[in-house]
Amino acid sequence: MRRKPSYVFNKIWINGIFVMLMILIIYPLTWMIMNSLKANTELFSSSFSFPKKLLFSNYADAWRLGFASFFFNSILVTVVSVAATVVLAAFCAYALARLKIRFRNAILYLIMGGLLLSPQSALISLYRLLDALNIYNTYFAMIIPYIAFRIPFGVFLMYGYFKDFPSDLEDAARIDGCNTLGILLRIVMPISKPIISATAIVSAIFTWNEFIFALVFIENENLITIPVGLSRFKDALLTNWTGMLAGIVIASFPMVIAFLFMSKTFIRGLTAGSVKG
Amino acid sequence: MKSKANFNILFVIPALLIVLVFMYFPILMNFFNSLYRMTSYSNARTFVGFQHYAKISSDPIFYTALKNNALYAIFSVVFQVGFGMLLAILLEGKFVGRKIGTFFRNVLFIPSIISIPAVALLWYFIYHPRIGLLNGILASIGLDSLKTAWLANPNTAIYSVIMMSQWQYTGYIMVLLVVAIQKIPRELYESAEIDGANEFRKAIHITIPSIRSMISVCTIITVIGSFKLFSEIYIMTGGGPYNTTQVLGTYMYRSAFLFDEMGYGSAVAVIIFVITFGLSLVQLKSFKST
Repeated sequence: MRRKPSYVFNKIWINGIFVMLMILIIYPLTWMIMNSLKANTELFSSSFSFPKKLLFSNYADAWRLGFASFFFNSILVTVVSVAATVVLAAFCAYALARLKIRFRNAILYLIMGGLLLSPQSALISLYRLLDALNIYNTYFAMIIPYIAFRIPFGVFLMYGYFKDFPSDLEDAARIDGCNTLGILLRIVMPISKPIISATAIVSAIFTWNEFIFALVFIENENLITIPVGLSRFKDALLTNWTGMLAGIVIASFPMVIAFLFMSKTFIRGLTAGSVKG
Repeated sequence: MKSKANFNILFVIPALLIVLVFMYFPILMNFFNSLYRMTSYSNARTFVGFQHYAKISSDPIFYTALKNNALYAIFSVVFQVGFGMLLAILLEGKFVGRKIGTFFRNVLFIPSIISIPAVALLWYFIYHPRIGLLNGILASIGLDSLKTAWLANPNTAIYSVIMMSQWQYTGYIMVLLVVAIQKIPRELYESAEIDGANEFRKAIHITIPSIRSMISVCTIITVIGSFKLFSEIYIMTGGGPYNTTQVLGTYMYRSAFLFDEMGYGSAVAVIIFVITFGLSLVQLKSFKST
């Protein structure tokens, strides 16, 4: 098929725009990776050149100077928070969508209403509450608020899904003598994998990247997660620039890799939620 | 049946309890705390009524913060929603191939899944007066006169932080709109093509009206996001130079945790709550009409 010249022209400038935007995204990231492999003196003499010698030791330094512990804490906090969020939200959403419950609507509105509350506006009172409960400055000071602030979102995603679920399977299982908990765990949850993984991924991104709670609720250097660790690095090691760039790469790597492998699930979860930060 | 309903509630109680205790309760306490003068290290409190609110309303830094949040919101709506929408339409149009389009989309999306502290630190380097990428590029294209200490110059600091967020989130909003465009029934376009409509007319008459509700959702989440701002500012400028980059979030943090005025901070938190909650209600409304 012959194309009009105007078609070719449009194709070129439109694709050209996207190529330029791609460079705008990728170039700073490559600049960062490139400089994270240099010696500090080399960075200061020229931040544009390719490293003369690849100094992977910057990564080892960053790892040794705290990132090993930040990484461990981030993984621990993320795994526990996401698992608890998914289970609690799934139970709650399933019961609200499928079971007979008193005050069903009131409970539904209360939980979904949580979507309207921003973490910032709870920060100070939450700090005082955690302190009063003696969990300030422990892993729970991050985990519990993370669960609380992700449950409304999880329920929101799963409630709609469970609501449209055909009831035949449940009925069949009930006739076979399965109780409600059994139906939920053995039938509903396995079939609902797409929505559960979307909930899990969005919660994981939130938890892995969360900054303000982790900053305020934790004092103990041994408990801090990657985002706070990065900000502390900035103050403590203001001279070790390349080590810090290595730290940023370490901090970003897991999520970017996960995204490249599961971009569909990421996008499904993030677009279903339509919330930022 | 009644006992069954009593049993069923056990599925709901753990989630409900944690939400009530750790979300609703602190936010309610804010209102109460904002009426007292108190510090973090003692339980002593003095009732001061609405004094904190009066003090806030006469504090010029509060207005700087409010203005910066608003500036952030305006820039973000123009770039992320306006420009993001244009990109989404182009990406889904006939001039960009399917495979390459998915590739473009994924690359533009990447910055939004990197944590804000990491992106903020990266840009802290990019803006660095001596070794930064931006000044380096300006020098290499002969625009030395434009070089500045981007984050230390009161005239450029807030805009520098704002531009970082556009870099990070335009791709995210674009993807939200791409997903909405993909849901538009193909038949709408087919009949327009028969009528001889070009790409531009199809965008104006079909695409944009069909994704109108998603555009308003995007606008609102972008505005809400602008009033939740904290980490970017905290890491890149700490509110400086001379408080020119304070936003409500850092202003609250500063009062409560640096100056140890918990009651005053709570009053700022109440103001943040009122703004974000109000905007969220608007979002809920436009979400329902989707």
